[in-house]
Amino acid sequence: MIARLTRHPAVVPIGAVVLAILIGAVVILLAGLNPIDAYAAVLQGSLDVRNLDYTFSVWGFICGMGLVAAIPLRMGEFNLGGNGQLVLGGITAYVVASQLGLPGIVAVPFALIAAMLVSGGFAAVSAPLATRFGIPIIISTLLLSPVAVAVASYLVRFPLAEKGSGNAQTPVLPEDAHIWSLGDLRYTTVGLLLIIAVMVIFYVVDSRSAVGFELRVTGANRRFGEYAGLKPGRLALGAMGSAGAVAGLVGAIIVLSSPYRFIDGALISPGYTFAGLAAALLAGGRPALVPVTAILFTILQVGGASMERTAEVPRQLSDVLQGVVIVILALRVVLDRRRAGAGKDS
Amino acid sequence: MSIFEWSFVAAVLTSATPILFAALAGALCAQAGVFNIALEGQMLWGAFAAVAGSYYTGNAWAGVLVAVLSTAIYSVILAVGAARWKADPIIIAIGTNLLSLGLTGFLLRVLFDTSGSFAPQGLNGIGTMPFLKGIPVIGDVFAGQSVLVPLAFVLIVAAGLWLRLTPGGLRLRGVGEHPDAAATLGIGVARYQTWVTILGGGLCGLAGAQLSLGNVTLFTENMTAGRGWIAVAAVILVANKAFWLPVACLGFGAAEALGFRLQGIGAPQQLTDAAPYAITLVVLVIMRVVVTRRRTHALTPKETLV
Repeated sequence: MIARLTRHPAVVPIGAVVLAILIGAVVILLAGLNPIDAYAAVLQGSLDVRNLDYTFSVWGFICGMGLVAAIPLRMGEFNLGGNGQLVLGGITAYVVASQLGLPGIVAVPFALIAAMLVSGGFAAVSAPLATRFGIPIIISTLLLSPVAVAVASYLVRFPLAEKGSGNAQTPVLPEDAHIWSLGDLRYTTVGLLLIIAVMVIFYVVDSRSAVGFELRVTGANRRFGEYAGLKPGRLALGAMGSAGAVAGLVGAIIVLSSPYRFIDGALISPGYTFAGLAAALLAGGRPALVPVTAILFTILQVGGASMERTAEVPRQLSDVLQGVVIVILALRVVLDRRRAGAGKDS
Repeated sequence: MSIFEWSFVAAVLTSATPILFAALAGALCAQAGVFNIALEGQMLWGAFAAVAGSYYTGNAWAGVLVAVLSTAIYSVILAVGAARWKADPIIIAIGTNLLSLGLTGFLLRVLFDTSGSFAPQGLNGIGTMPFLKGIPVIGDVFAGQSVLVPLAFVLIVAAGLWLRLTPGGLRLRGVGEHPDAAATLGIGVARYQTWVTILGGGLCGLAGAQLSLGNVTLFTENMTAGRGWIAVAAVILVANKAFWLPVACLGFGAAEALGFRLQGIGAPQQLTDAAPYAITLVVLVIMRVVVTRRRTHALTPKETLV
């Protein structure tokens, strides 16, 4: 009975989280602070009813960036360039929404679509770099990302800068180009619904379509996939393109939401990209689990600020816990092997 | 030759040295068949440990020692996890990179009660080599550098000779090239991979120390800013031939040093920030086109660690 329970697929991720939280507690204790206070502050800060609006919007962004990592992960590739893809989407959406003089009803959809196209195209470059030039996707995405971040930073500081402002930011977007809010909520917008829709699409494509199957076969065993006539190059192009498009969508939603402008660094500093990557790894790349694992990293992200305020534990603990969760997940194979070995003996 | 140009050579060396140490670590691991992309996080940890060590002891060399030892210990996670337990080295590396970003930021707050950057008064950096002043060329280039700069080149040459001329080096290459054959000859494959990864950790500690106590005398959050990844790119670029590493790393050093110069004459900082990454990528592409005409599939090298 116990043996059967420990074999349940949820044991590994839940175990990893529990272990990470315990390790985090030890780190807090070593720093001479109180872990119970800290974790209580995290929960209070993120799940407070008055904060839920904001928490939900962050959950949406982390889910989105979770997909950005999860889609290529399905075929065994790592997209670590989420920051660049996110920022490029944000700046594209700003330019389309503010500079083209589009009428109200089309400004937002056009901005979103343009952001998805530009970021998708940008991310897709990594696929031919891998298949034609032999540069692993994990490397090219990482090298391309700071270039995109620098371009956006340049645009927002010079050509698009708000005149007379000391901050590196653009002027506020015209009223027409604000993404629609849900009721009178401040942070949760139609954007959240779009991200949920994208998650549903990914789930359906992954589990019900030929392309999704090919993606998973290639991830499980690339040589077998090639033997069966699958084209890893084209799959990589599609996977990276769609991952980039999702990142662009998230960036566009952030810029078109309150405070309705592109602020240099504001898309990257909350760490959505790596929270999303951690959520994707914790979900084992399974699309249906990403929204669940994203909850954990949302709580850490949003609660981190209040943990810092009330328990005086630095916010960076969130990054520490993300790193620890990922390392534990990687090391879990040891447990699997030991279990498999035990099975053979008996 | 004017002084201006020699000072530029010196600036190239300064920029290249941290990358050189890290790239040497990555190249040695690659020789042994370990795909090590944890360089970025290890270098960042080394930079922090060096500053902390120097701050508490008042001695820069104690800081360097702390950096080397603690980074070697930190790399045990990757060494044992990937080489002995056969876990995915990429996922471990992503985790340890994030962990060291979080941990250095966390400790900066807890230990030194500051965030962003830490540059206390009286923090000792690694000494320069003023005794070289007056010697033509060598003095111009090296007198203002930390002792670790020539050490980087000495270590590269030593590593290259070790790999080519000694039984240990041969075994290491054998482990990377054909682990099964090596195992048949009674070589402990996992043991070699484990120790070379830990050695790489120590080298990344040196890389970090040079960055935080050699190039400057301070620590800032995420101060490695992608240098570890450029080192990984350098390893891929030279296809694991340690002797070519200095050329690649000096190229990246030149891109950075040139960036500083251009910034000095009014080029936007964003351009110069992005240049080393863009140049690295372009050079990678060109090298692949020119040098290897063979068609390669290099989606993530799954079989690197057999």
